[in-house]
Order: sequence, then C-alpha cells, then structure tokens
Amino acid sequence: MTLDVIIAWITAAITFGTVIMFGCIGETLNEKAGGLNLGTPGIMMLGGIASLAGAFFYERSTPNPVPIVCVLISLISCLVVSGLAGLLYGFLTITLRANQNVTGLTLTIFGNGIANFFGGSLVKLSGGVGQISVASTSKAFKATMPFISSNLGIVSQLLFKYGWLTYVVLIMAFAMQYFFNKTRTGLNLRSVGENPATADAAGINVTKYKYAASCLGAAISGLGGLYYVMDYVKGTWSNDSGIEALGWLAVALVIFTSWKPKNATWGAYLFGFCYWIYLYIPAGINNALMKLFNVSRTTYMQNLYKMIPYIVTIIVLVLVSSKKKRENQAPQSLGISYFREER
Amino acid sequence: MENKQPFIRIRKKDDRPLWQQILIKVIAIIIALIISALFINLITKLNPIKVYESMFRGAFSTTRRIWITIRDTALLLSIAVALTPAFKLKFWNTGAEGQILVGGLATAAMMIYFGDKLPSAVILICSMVLSALAGALWGFLPALFKAKYNTNETLFTLMMNYVGIQLVEFFVDVWDKKQSHSVGVINPNTQAGWFPSVFGQQYILNIIIVAAVTIFVFVYLRYSKHGYEVAVTGESENTARYTGINVPGVIIRTMLISGAICGLAGFTEVAGISHTISTKTSGGRGFTAIIVTWLAKLNPIIMVIYSFLIVFLDKGAIQIASDFNLNEYASKIITGILLFCILASEFFTNYEIVFRHKEEH
Repeated sequence: MTLDVIIAWITAAITFGTVIMFGCIGETLNEKAGGLNLGTPGIMMLGGIASLAGAFFYERSTPNPVPIVCVLISLISCLVVSGLAGLLYGFLTITLRANQNVTGLTLTIFGNGIANFFGGSLVKLSGGVGQISVASTSKAFKATMPFISSNLGIVSQLLFKYGWLTYVVLIMAFAMQYFFNKTRTGLNLRSVGENPATADAAGINVTKYKYAASCLGAAISGLGGLYYVMDYVKGTWSNDSGIEALGWLAVALVIFTSWKPKNATWGAYLFGFCYWIYLYIPAGINNALMKLFNVSRTTYMQNLYKMIPYIVTIIVLVLVSSKKKRENQAPQSLGISYFREER
Repeated sequence: MENKQPFIRIRKKDDRPLWQQILIKVIAIIIALIISALFINLITKLNPIKVYESMFRGAFSTTRRIWITIRDTALLLSIAVALTPAFKLKFWNTGAEGQILVGGLATAAMMIYFGDKLPSAVILICSMVLSALAGALWGFLPALFKAKYNTNETLFTLMMNYVGIQLVEFFVDVWDKKQSHSVGVINPNTQAGWFPSVFGQQYILNIIIVAAVTIFVFVYLRYSKHGYEVAVTGESENTARYTGINVPGVIIRTMLISGAICGLAGFTEVAGISHTISTKTSGGRGFTAIIVTWLAKLNPIIMVIYSFLIVFLDKGAIQIASDFNLNEYASKIITGILLFCILASEFFTNYEIVFRHKEEH
C-alpha cells in the first residue's frame, strides 16, 4: 500500500466520519434528555434535501451566486427543517407521549419519502436526466484555509484540506462534552434523562428541556445531511437513500461512544475506515477469498467486504454490553415518556 | 394563597369505551386522508376528490389490481404477525428487513440451483424450510446476545439488515449472467419453484400461507404455555425469573419464531410474487410492519385493517404518481402522514384533557 493510497483512505474516512459525527452528536443530545430518536436517519435526509433545495433555488435565481449567501441559505434551511422534524418528534413523544421507537421509525419513513420525492422533483426541475448540481454552494462549503491547506505538504493533505464543517463538528463534539459535564444547564439536562421525576421535583422544567434537546439535537443531526449533500457527494442528489444507511450508523455510534461526544471524534473516523475498507483489501487476501468463494470479480467480493462496518458495529455493541460498566450505560429513562401524574 | 388549577390538565384514562376508541381512530384516519389530499393538491393542483378517485382506481379498478392489493395486504400482514411474538416480549425486532431478505435469498438459491433437477413441489417445500431457517438464524444472533449480555437488540437487528442486504448484493452479482446487477425472473419457462395457481387464481396460495401463519401465531401466543411465558417475560423479566421461567431461553425461542416467519414472508415474496431477488425484495415492509404491529396493539384484526390501509395508500400513491407524473416516493410521505396521525390519536385514547372549570376535587 503506497502513501497516496493511505492518504486517500484517511481522507475518505474523515469525510465519512464527519457525516455520522453530526448525526451522532445530535442524537446524543436528544438521548441525554431521555429521547431515543430512531428518526435520525430521516432527519438527516430532511436536512440534506432542505439545504439542497435552498441552495438550488438561490443558485437558479441569480447568475453570480455569492458564496456566503449560498452557505447561509442552505445552513438556515437545513437547521429550520430538521429542527421542525425534531419538534414534530418532540410533540408526539413528549406532549402526546407516543412510543419513541415507533415515532422515530415513522419519522425515518416520512423523511425518506419527503427527501426523495423533492429530490426527484429537483432533479427534474434542473433539466430531467442527469444530476442536479449546486456547484457554487458546494464549493463554498468545501472552501479550504489559505496557506496551511496547501503549503504544508503531507500535513496539509491529511489534516487541513477538508471543508470547514469538518472542523466545526470537532469543536461541536468537545463543546457538547463540556456542556454535559461542566455547565448547569447540561447537568440539568442529564438529570432529566436519568430520572425526570427527580428533576421535576428539583424544579427543573422537564418538558422544556426535552423539547429543547429534541429540536436542537435534530438540527445538529440535520447538519450531517447537509454535509453529506454539499461535501461528501459534492452538491448532488441521488435517490439511493445513502444518507439513511449512514444515519443508522450514526445512531449506532451513540452507543459506541457510550453517550460521550468526545469519543465520537475518533469513533466516527474509525467507522469511516471500516466503511471504506472494501476498497483497500490487500490483493493477496482478496485473491485467496475469491478462490475460496469461487468468484470471478473483485467487485463481487466487495459486496461482502461492505458488511464490515456493520459487523464491526455489532461486535462493538456486544463488547460494550458485556462489560456493563456503570459510567458507560444509557441514560436511565431513555425511551420512556414522562408523565408527571404517574410517579 | 392563590391555588388555581392549571387551565388545561391531562389525566390518564384507562376505561374509554370501545366505540370511543374506534371513533378516535376513524377520526385520525380521516384527518390523515385530508392532510394527504391537501399535500397532493398542493403539488398537483388537483381536486382532492379526483385524487382519491385516482387512488381508488390504483387499488381496485381491475380484478387483477384487487388481487394484487389483497396479496400485498397479506404479505404486510404476515410480517406484522411475525413481529408480534417479539413485541409481546418487548424485544424490538427492527431486523425484519434482513430476515425477509435472507429468507428470500434461500428461496432464490433453491430455485436457481435445483430448478432443473428437482420437481417444483420439492423445490417449494425445501425453499419453505430453508427460508424459515435462514430467517430464524438472522433472528437468533441478536436474541442470543440479548439473552446473554442484554445487548441492545434494536441496533443489533438493524445492523443485521445491512449484513443481509450485502449478502443479497453478493449473490445477485454471482447469479447474474449478464453483469447487469440484476437476477431477472428465475426459471421463467419451467416456473420451477413458483407458487402454483390454486382454483385458477395466482395468489390464493400466498393468502393461505399467511392465514395459516396468522392463526398459528395467535393460537401459540394465546393458548400455549410458551405464549404465556412470552407474556409474563414481556410484562416483567423479574416476575418471570421469580416464577422460574427460563428468560434467556424464552428470548431466543421467541426470536427464532419471529425470524422464521419473516423468512417465510421472504419465501412468499420470491416464490409467490416476484420470482426474483434483489435488495428491494423486502421493500421497507419490515419497518412498516413494526409500526402496524405496534399500532394494532398485537390485535390481528386491527393488523389486517392497518395493513390494508397502508397497502391501499401505497397503491393509490403509485397510481397518482403515474397519472400525474410524480415520483413514487409520494407513497412514503402519505404512509408517514397516516402513521403520524394514528400515533397522535393514541394520546386521546389513553388520556383525557380536563379544563379548569370542570375540576371539582
């Protein structure tokens, strides 16, 4: 394996990791307040399509799109739409006390439907066959830093040539960690997730915290969709539900990190490595396996290699659960709706 | 001291009479239909009545379409039924997609490898057994670790879906002779391993299988000792342990059954409907069925109604999509709207809203 190949792999892993890190941080915020949102894949799809639609209509309306406006429009549409999805989830599970799993799954179906429906329509609007492209916006999101992104040789290539959201998510992860452990509001939020009745008795407004976590969490997860559309697939859209698969990995990553956002900073990249490993299986192993399975083409075998991230996730789930460390457990009231009169 | 009651208060209501429960659901469904119509109207600028006329046409306009609607209702029902034992155990089996796929894969493998070697009836029986075994295996793994380490089953089963999807992708490539990444219809001429027509109808056998499975599951859960153990364990694991029930055993056994029936659904889909295999074979039904099972509170008759409603909307949305040149994802949106409305309506079944002036105690 040459240096170039390794750099390419790391680069791919980091861009992949950024998508699911956004999803993971948002979901962690919600789960810390007791809301298990299986709608995260759907929310990420909504965030993705909203940012794309915003950028698309802006770029179409003007011959010379201004980068900063592109960024603002797509960011705001993404945050608003995914935040609203979080509000819907919150309304159903917090106020109406619907089952969280079922509400989340419905949100994923719904989000997938909306995103692909309008994604398909946008593709049609942009001229039918071929793909939609919001080149200016994508370029603005992929903008790199002057000097350090290009002039430091391998260091630039490995660390500094990514779009700026790649660094935003890292800051966000550490900020979230700090928020959970060192701020009054963060501690209150965690107490709501652990034991809402006690939090309620201590004078914390449980409903308010849960709603805030649901909306903000969804908005952050939605950014994962935006990053996917603008950076990961470079401002295009295809109705293949690629975001959905990543969304589920983001939900799994929450458990992998044992609800600690700082762990997401390396866990997400690790998932990224596993996801792309199918392109980097050493030829010797590949040939041996091809013989073993009596298969004639490498692309056939790659179907099996693509199982690796999911199998790794399963192994991690089993390992985490078999250890049963107290500080690594889920928030106690996770998945349960709170009703004051039921205490 | 000011001691005002809040203006609106929510109170638990356990004893709502049946007619009220039904009324609430009917209202929810009507609201969902209105919202869906408005949504379609917004996009197509069509008269909502016309929209529903078009949807109705999609599901019922010809005898063949009616059969397809019934067939698809049965298929969705069978998956909802498959999930029922797991749900009674409060085991969130989100892996139906994968279990259906591997079941379908086993069936396709039988059809491809033995299509010209064995009589069709033998292939059918072997496919049935193998697909149930494959589905059971996919259910067994998460159950084993749930029983042993209390591993989160929702995510485990979810990940198993993707393992199943990749397995199907692999075999699609291996079996595909033209490198078009599609298997195509298997045994188109000999129809080996296909469901035979019964009474001149193509889909009767599908319906018979689903009916048999449904009856089996409900008798099993209601009248067998196993079913009782599932109920107790689902209510409280501690009680179950105290009464001497082997909890890990119950978890594993129940998931074997749940997975096996999902595998059978894959068998029905491949041998009885599509006669091919792809990652689209499960078509998201595994997820929809979870919601059907949950909303129906494990009641088979309500499951039939919800399954039918979802299939109807699905067919209708596809018809609208082709009539008015929209894409087929409209059906997912409409399904989502329906499910959100029914989910929201649960609240009004379980709770009641009390206004201040009514407060007397």
